[in-house]
Amino acid sequence: MLASRIRAQRAYRGSFALDFLGSLLVGLTEFAEVWVVFHNVDVLGGLDFHAILLLFGLSNLAFSLADMVVGHVDTLPTYVRAGTLDAFYLRPQPVLAQLMTSELQLRRLARTGVAVVSLVAGLAYNDISWGLDTVLLLVVAIGCGAAIFAGLFVCAASLQFFLINGAEFTNAFTYGGSYAASQPTSIFPGPLKLVFGYLVPVAFTAYLPTLAILDLPGPAGLPGWLAWCTPLAALWVWAVALTMWRWGTRHYQGGGG
Amino acid sequence: MSGPIIDISDLTRTFTVRRKASTGRRRTTIAAVDQMTFAVQPGKAVGYIGANAEGKSTTIKMLCGILVPTSGSVRTCGLEPVRQRRDLARRIGVVFGQRSQLWWDLPLRESFALLASIHQLDPTRASARTSELVDLLEMADTLDTPVRQLSLGQRMRAEIAAALLHSPELLILDEPTIGLDVLAKARLREFLIQERARHGTTLLLTTHDMGDVERLCDRILVVDRGRLAYDGTLPGLARTVGARRVLVVDLAAPCAALTGVPNTTHLSSAADGLRQHLAFDAERTTAAQVLAGIATEAEVRDLYIEEPDIEDVVRRIYQAQR
Repeated sequence: MLASRIRAQRAYRGSFALDFLGSLLVGLTEFAEVWVVFHNVDVLGGLDFHAILLLFGLSNLAFSLADMVVGHVDTLPTYVRAGTLDAFYLRPQPVLAQLMTSELQLRRLARTGVAVVSLVAGLAYNDISWGLDTVLLLVVAIGCGAAIFAGLFVCAASLQFFLINGAEFTNAFTYGGSYAASQPTSIFPGPLKLVFGYLVPVAFTAYLPTLAILDLPGPAGLPGWLAWCTPLAALWVWAVALTMWRWGTRHYQGGGG
Repeated sequence: MSGPIIDISDLTRTFTVRRKASTGRRRTTIAAVDQMTFAVQPGKAVGYIGANAEGKSTTIKMLCGILVPTSGSVRTCGLEPVRQRRDLARRIGVVFGQRSQLWWDLPLRESFALLASIHQLDPTRASARTSELVDLLEMADTLDTPVRQLSLGQRMRAEIAAALLHSPELLILDEPTIGLDVLAKARLREFLIQERARHGTTLLLTTHDMGDVERLCDRILVVDRGRLAYDGTLPGLARTVGARRVLVVDLAAPCAALTGVPNTTHLSSAADGLRQHLAFDAERTTAAQVLAGIATEAEVRDLYIEEPDIEDVVRRIYQAQR
């Protein structure tokens, strides 16, 4: 199954190369943005440039992994129009699982690459007291962070059962969430801090793990030890995502005759 | 299984449509399927016909668990489609004429292999079934072609093979012959007849093509504005609306209107009576008797029979009900 997806993508080598390049440029641009900010200030939201490298690496790695595996689900209307979604309903597997595995966008590996470089640099430049818990925290943060973003993509997809051209709106959650995650959550004003901390818990993907790894205190309401609760945040996102998905499929109107 | 394979009762599905009206936006509820009730026994072939937007596809989508009914009940293969969708998917095969379930960029062979693994078919059974279908549908030389390069006729045969790969009890075809040429249609129908003879597959078919219904179906359901307008056989449908066969004769010499032939109605004469149209009821007389009747009055050079046009018949049903 997986092999066939990869073969299908390699059938168009030129297009793949361009997509890959595009994805690389997006990753680099986002990184340049962070770099420009730190050209002007030394500390942002309590984190210095080295800490930000770590933050950027973690959030982008988690996001790009989620984007690669399930990023296509929020283009649900395309699937509806092409009738692919109806075909999924006719097969004995869960529709969501089929939708998620229907594409694997390898070109997004480029962005993963940028994130990995940033993460490795962040880990090298910072003064980290390494221990088993640091490694564990990194693994948990990346794994559950990707799960959180994947859950957000599923939420976005579910909403599109209701909104005809809702992609712009739902992008606010997915790409907007990714952007919020690559900033120190402490720079946001109070209510937003709680939104990104608890409601759309993207702070768990990078900011809180960064605090915990660097052993920094967090702002009020978001203490660093919360980083260990990242799996709970992922569960919360997925509980919401699956409920919304179920609700969305019940509301499905079909792709027309 | 003893009960009906399709069991629908009081089934209703409404859609909310937003329209811009002079008084602002208005929401209207439209019933695509309106208190529909019918059952289909296993092994039957049923034609489900009606004009566009009469709720045919909506019914099918509820039968296979894609759409949730607004009210009423639907059971397919004894299962509840929405709740037991995955079990049902193993037992039915569905082809939507304008939709594809094949992998566009992959050779056809791989689509079949993927579907076999999706349905968790036993490898020996899967390959036996694949070669049976490939043989019957004469697709051996297209197996290595990517699906996007197949012609419409080839693709439709491939879609039907894909839907039949897991040997479903019920095959649902939504407009299977749409856009196909005469030869491709004939091959497809021939295949469906053979497949049903071999495996006893139940068939539900929506179509605009009356040839499909005549060749394939032993029962017809006519749907009009989401409701059943007729349920019975094709000759019965023609009888209900009084459709008659028409004998068209070309005569050797000009002749007065042939009004005296028993059990016929003279419809029209053309070219001084060289060509005449006579309608007759197939229940009361035969074409041979009519011809014999004409022969006593004039010499017949050529003849043909116009069968009742089913679209015309359906239109008459609509008119009678509206």
